[in-house]
Amino acid sequence: MAIVLALVLIVLGSVIFHVLSPWWWTPIASNWGYIDKTITITFWITGVVFAAVILFMAYCVFKFRHKEGSRAHYEPENRKLEGWLTVVTGIGVAALLAPGLVVWHRYISVPDGASEIEVFAQQWTWSYRLPGEDKRLGRSQSRLVGPDNPLGLDPADRASHDDIIIESDTLHLPVDKPVKVLLRSIDVLHNFYVPEFRSKMDMVPGMVTYFWLTPTRLGEFEVLCAELCGLSHAFMRGSIQIDTQEDYVAWLQQQSTFAELSVPALARAAGQDQP
Amino acid sequence: MADVTPTTTPAVPPAEVADVELYHPKSYWTKYIFSQDAKVIAIQYSGTALAIGMVALVLSWLMRLQLGFPGVFDFITPEAYYQFMTMHGMIMVVYLLTAVFLGGFGNYLIPLMVGARDMVFPYANMLSYWLYLLAVLVLVTSFFAPGGPTGAGWTLYPPQAILSGTPGSGGAGIILMLVSLILFIIGFTMGGMNYVVTVLQGRTRGMTLMRMPLTVWGIFTATVMALLAFPALFVAAVMMLFDRTLGTSFFMPALVEMGEQLSYGGGSPIMFQHLFWFFGHPEVYIVALPAFGIVSDLISTHARKNIFGYRMMVWAIVGIGALSFVVWAHHMYVSGMHPYFGFFFATTTLIIAVPTAIKVYNWVLTLWRGDVHLTLPMLFALAFMVTFVNGGLTGLFLGNVVVDVPLSDTMFVVAHFHMVMGVAPIMVVFGAIHHWYPKVTGRMLDERMGRFHFWVTFIGAYLIFFPMHYVGLVGVPRRYPEIGDTLFVPESVHTLNAFISMMAFLVGFAQIVFLFNLIWSLRHGREAGGNPWRATTLEWQTPQTPPAHGNWGKELPVVYRWAYDYSVPGAPQDFLAQNDPGGATEEARASP
Repeated sequence: MAIVLALVLIVLGSVIFHVLSPWWWTPIASNWGYIDKTITITFWITGVVFAAVILFMAYCVFKFRHKEGSRAHYEPENRKLEGWLTVVTGIGVAALLAPGLVVWHRYISVPDGASEIEVFAQQWTWSYRLPGEDKRLGRSQSRLVGPDNPLGLDPADRASHDDIIIESDTLHLPVDKPVKVLLRSIDVLHNFYVPEFRSKMDMVPGMVTYFWLTPTRLGEFEVLCAELCGLSHAFMRGSIQIDTQEDYVAWLQQQSTFAELSVPALARAAGQDQP
Repeated sequence: MADVTPTTTPAVPPAEVADVELYHPKSYWTKYIFSQDAKVIAIQYSGTALAIGMVALVLSWLMRLQLGFPGVFDFITPEAYYQFMTMHGMIMVVYLLTAVFLGGFGNYLIPLMVGARDMVFPYANMLSYWLYLLAVLVLVTSFFAPGGPTGAGWTLYPPQAILSGTPGSGGAGIILMLVSLILFIIGFTMGGMNYVVTVLQGRTRGMTLMRMPLTVWGIFTATVMALLAFPALFVAAVMMLFDRTLGTSFFMPALVEMGEQLSYGGGSPIMFQHLFWFFGHPEVYIVALPAFGIVSDLISTHARKNIFGYRMMVWAIVGIGALSFVVWAHHMYVSGMHPYFGFFFATTTLIIAVPTAIKVYNWVLTLWRGDVHLTLPMLFALAFMVTFVNGGLTGLFLGNVVVDVPLSDTMFVVAHFHMVMGVAPIMVVFGAIHHWYPKVTGRMLDERMGRFHFWVTFIGAYLIFFPMHYVGLVGVPRRYPEIGDTLFVPESVHTLNAFISMMAFLVGFAQIVFLFNLIWSLRHGREAGGNPWRATTLEWQTPQTPPAHGNWGKELPVVYRWAYDYSVPGAPQDFLAQNDPGGATEEARASP
């Protein structure tokens, strides 16, 4: 009966492991607690189903193990039972799916009033761009990337002149303000992943992707790349600092704009403007 | 109600075509090497698949050495790690699992189980194996190419797969991988046509589709899917080969590589992902459906009970096969594709859970009121059910689009797909080998070695992959050769990683015992006789064991009943073979 014991121990062991496990998600630092709640619901439903199925299996193996003279029952099918099981499963699946889709709808709908920032990725560093005073990010193109224009901004677009360029891998954001994170890569796929934020999205060269969040906790959080991007994929790290409004403004004032950093590029562009 | 069990002995339907004259090999070369006999081809496929699978197994040990003990093994550089990881994944999914289920089990079991003498296109069948072998050899060559094999991940996503930041991209590594896949697909199309047409046209008299064992349904449906899905990978591989060698831009947008503007432009990396996963998702069911079919037969034979709900099981297999073509973008929820697709694919993905759950219920209900013999095939079948239910349930987390957002690209995904696609189907492979080894060789596998191998593999594999889910829940990404220093990963995760690695080495060692058992039992295994498990299906009713060329002797069998007449009330034994006309039973059943 070792197998019966093994099945029961697997269920018990798995449940106990789950309950006692110190390995749980990192405490959340964003508004996406809905995702955590959906995960918890899913753990409950799948946990109950796993335990029920495996324990019932163990019971069957025990009760109906071969004994001298035993004979199996002959019943090709039971339409009613199968029908009921299908319906119950359908309901269980819908119970998992419905809240998930509601939250997904929220995930892809950026709230009005969210500010925009841009994360810029290349093998194997992170940079950032903020919209500056005009609250608009200027046009950009990977073909414009060069030594004095590392983010490939278009100097002919006035909106790009006041864009704040942060070439270090540390970004600051103010707490409790929704932000739409635009994602731009100029070489391969990357993914801007901060575990405490829960939200993330791949970055695809040739297009701009996005996700949004509201940071809800002060502190320093690590950025990792979550889409295989070559040899140093595991070492492509950054940092996000969530500040109070005052600290954020103080940090912002120390940053430089595209106009300040890329004078030669602008001068060349201005030269081209002349007839 | 379909005629699954006859109430009276039906008239034997007349033969529609004359028994085709089979090709008879004359020399050693045409009997055992360039053989057109599906049984020989099956063994060739299985042997090659197991051999290359051992290579992939060793690669997994190297990866676990690095993950469990980072910094200790200097020769495992990030470059090497990515190469091991890519080759491990591609070999296991395509060159081992697909090859062994379709080419190995399909070739051996389909003709025998449907009462045919061989596959319907034996010459193409032979060619399919040699193309598979060539594909394997081309893949192995990439290990020795300058720059080594590709390290792009088994998913081979562009642009990185062909750019200089990825190992194997500059030299021949990625090219050999793509060429190998193209050869594999050509070979598998030839084999696939055989499996499908033999099932549709090669069945013996009385073998209706609804009397076929579920093993055949599983492999048949998987083959139909393969014929429809592999072309997507084929074209993606060809387009990527052109991007790499001819400078085309199917998948390559304008990009700057390490400061240098490249001349690509206008291509779409996401289009590759759609093509890859349009193949890739059906592919995992191409691996799973034969396992589902086989495990149904293992459970019913060793519990002496008909599979519960045979008709629903058939419809579930077909339904899962069809639905598997409309779920692919659940691998792409965070790819940057249009967000509205998330609603559609999350819905279809959770719908496919329903027929899958029905199969699980029916397997359990087969045990209910059965006569359960705890043989090794039964033990492995039970292990399959545990690990498949576990892996299938974690799929519900990942299929629910918004839950996938934090979990994608973490070790949670790695744990999920290993449990559901690595551990569970492999349990079926082992159970199936224990079950059919006596038919193929005439001898039983050794029981003690078998039990040792079973326990270490089952419990060990569960201990490898169950805790791994929690490593992912913490937030540890996948495809990281090491976690390094982080703010958020507790020290205990490193201990857990070391534990997982130790379990992996233990399970790895147990496989050597299994291989030894396979070889040792050829000479020393207990003689089995023709039908040691007292099974109903046709392959056990051959006049000789192992079956001779032509399988059936002078007359093809005639089938009178479905594949699951176990423990029929009133029958003299607890099973009735499919080709047993069973006169005495008719009287017993005529009176209710």
